[in-house]
Amino acid sequence: MTDLDPHRHDRPGRPDRPGRLVAEAVRVSFSAATSGAPPTIALDALSVDVAGGEVVALIGPNGCGKSTFLRVAAGLLRPDHGRVVLDGVPVTAPDPRIGLVFQEPRLLPWRSVADNVTYPLELAGWPRERRAVRLAELLHVVGLEWAAALRPVQLSGGMRQRAAIARAMALAPEVLLLDEPFSALDALSRERFNLELLRLQERTATTVVIVTHSIPEAILVADRVLVLSPRPGRVVAEVRIDAPRPRLIEALDQAFVSRAAAEIRSHLELGEQVA
Amino acid sequence: MTGDPVLTGAGIGARDGGAVTPFVPAPPAPLTARLGRVVAEVWPTAASFVAFILVWKLVIAIGTLPAFILPAPELVAQRFVSAWLDGTIPPHAWTTFVEVVLGFAVGAGAGLVAGYALARSRLIERLLSPYLVAAQAVPILALAPLLALWFGPGLLAKVIICGLIVFFPVAVSTMVGIRSIDRGLLELAAALRATRRQVLTTIEIPWALPAILGGLRVGVTLAVVGAIVGEWAGADKGLGVLVNLARGSLFDIPLLFATLATIALLGIACYLVVVLVERRVVGLR
Repeated sequence: MTDLDPHRHDRPGRPDRPGRLVAEAVRVSFSAATSGAPPTIALDALSVDVAGGEVVALIGPNGCGKSTFLRVAAGLLRPDHGRVVLDGVPVTAPDPRIGLVFQEPRLLPWRSVADNVTYPLELAGWPRERRAVRLAELLHVVGLEWAAALRPVQLSGGMRQRAAIARAMALAPEVLLLDEPFSALDALSRERFNLELLRLQERTATTVVIVTHSIPEAILVADRVLVLSPRPGRVVAEVRIDAPRPRLIEALDQAFVSRAAAEIRSHLELGEQVA
Repeated sequence: MTGDPVLTGAGIGARDGGAVTPFVPAPPAPLTARLGRVVAEVWPTAASFVAFILVWKLVIAIGTLPAFILPAPELVAQRFVSAWLDGTIPPHAWTTFVEVVLGFAVGAGAGLVAGYALARSRLIERLLSPYLVAAQAVPILALAPLLALWFGPGLLAKVIICGLIVFFPVAVSTMVGIRSIDRGLLELAAALRATRRQVLTTIEIPWALPAILGGLRVGVTLAVVGAIVGEWAGADKGLGVLVNLARGSLFDIPLLFATLATIALLGIACYLVVVLVERRVVGLR
């Protein structure tokens, strides 16, 4: 049974499912470039509780520290205060249980798509045969079998980001963190790739935290949308998206979508006023 | 975005139908076609060489230069062949070749290590860069007699002189290459828990390779210069020595030209080796 098996976790929906990511009162500040000036506080007392297998979207104005939060959650950045805990174990360094997808695909240009996707496995010391087996699964899941031998420059932007997602899934993480993964794509492709991401999430029951600045994107993918305030970032509101899963674009009721969008927007504006 | 699969919501499968043409390696071309490609690649070089010889011949024909100033090309060609066959050039050429190869290896090796250290540490850069630039600013021609005095007339002095002159371009190009690394890729490697060594082999070296090879190209031609300069500063063998002999005690000007041609060919051969290596390792990008 692999992580790509839909019944990987026997008790779906239970709060003790693996992949629960909790951020407790996270505070991050950056020392100012000029000495004497006060440090910039990027995040302040940010607390988030994401259940195992849940999809949470973080939305907020530019510079509210969304990406900073993902860096903390991925163990790339140590918070000044607070901590991030995954399934009871604090995340203090990059962790194989967490997969990270950046805003840009960040593929190694001199490697083929296949070698990019298996890069984490190579670093983790997997033998070649095992890598090949896993590669076939991953490429199948993101529909890139045909591109295995291609180089990143031969792919479109969306395809590259797909390869990056396959790479982030390589070590079968419990949590997938995505930092505005499709922001470089046009609106139509974006919708398509978001739906793909959902199919992937439904198949693997991976916990997903996606950072976005698009309200429709947040409503389309998330179970819960967390609205962040401008810097320093804090959660100012939580909007539940009670739409059925697997989520289909046709099944999303337009009245419901506009209501959710209006609610998120009001919180976004409120957050700006407060700051 | 033309090649993106259409998603119907039934699951992400292999619904590719990508418009990006799959990359199929070309089958080995027949011999005649390959020969044609070689000809196509080589003819401009060959043509420029023929033109060079013609101009040379023309200068001889219309000028009234004595043969000890500028011998005719056919005279030089004749002497070139005879000097290679009668054993005049080969021992000298071998000596110079060994100096070039060892000097290049030492200089390039040190340049790679130093360039990497300079790129990775501001402190090392501040400590070393004044000396590096000073060493580069003092002409090797002025430094060579001192080095010959210190290290004797043997191979060692030449390798050091050669190495010194190769060092700078390789160190600078390595530093620039390593500095230019996309920070996003380093962050990716950190997120994937890559070790220091893995970062070096999977990201830093491949990224910096084109820049490093550019430095090696410059370095390898300078290695020939270094060897000849080193020989001039004191040696009993080598193409630099032969140049002096042909001009001085032997007064064999065609031999002087034949020796110069040998030096040029040595430089071109070394350069071509680096270019071929470059094509192999980065040509695929």
